[in-house]
Amino acid sequence: MTAPQGLHFKTSVLILIMISVAPLGDTFLGKGMKQVGGMPSWAPVDLFQFFFRAFTSGTVWIGIGLLLAYFVAYLLVLSWADYSYVQPASSASYVLIALLAHFALHESISPLRWLGVAVICTGVFVVGHTHPQTPEHHSW
Amino acid sequence: MVVTQTILYLLIVFVGTGGELCVSRAMKTIGEVTDFRPHSIARVVGRALALKRMWMGITLMAVAFFALLGMLSLAKVSFVFPSTALSYAAGALGGKLFLRERVTPQRWFGVLLVCIGVVLVFIGNG
Repeated sequence: MTAPQGLHFKTSVLILIMISVAPLGDTFLGKGMKQVGGMPSWAPVDLFQFFFRAFTSGTVWIGIGLLLAYFVAYLLVLSWADYSYVQPASSASYVLIALLAHFALHESISPLRWLGVAVICTGVFVVGHTHPQTPEHHSW
Repeated sequence: MVVTQTILYLLIVFVGTGGELCVSRAMKTIGEVTDFRPHSIARVVGRALALKRMWMGITLMAVAFFALLGMLSLAKVSFVFPSTALSYAAGALGGKLFLRERVTPQRWFGVLLVCIGVVLVFIGNG
């Protein structure tokens, strides 16, 4: 087990990587899926064709690659930090997603939605000031 | 279309959270990672992939990911991702119930703010 300061530092670094890489991946995914077109129905043939188009899109694969990098950082941080700490802390990426959606994908975002994103980030800030690890017995 | 989006949304939030709880539990079994050299990280990932619970988590997260792709084809990025933050409430609850994590009142308060933010994002989508 590392000292509390070291623990906070490596947790912060990995969460920083997570909140930088994930929004980029999400933006590429969003752009790729808009190029693919809307999901037509739940019919197996339609779903197969839809996901075939999705997984032959280069833009979607760039998004998947970035999200895989996020996933590795996520796995590492979960090896010592509480899930209930990591999950909300990583949601700081929502500000970046909103900014990227607005400036890169040219989506219109209502003031109320911006307010929602700001409130989410305030929640993240509050969670980020709790200790990342609260060890108890794992019985599950 | 609304029904389709609702089903996809529920899959993203609840199946995705279930998957993340499985992955979290699996990673705690492996123990704290202290060596960040590439071969050590590869070894940790290899050990993680040998756990049944990790594969259960990956399967559930894959289902949630397919649902996310479907949702992204129908709705805006700036709506889809903030709205799925509802999984934080499910995650904190799951962390407490299944992983026996001690969720402090401060952390609950933060999660509550996240939920209020999600509601505003939903209303702002109208």
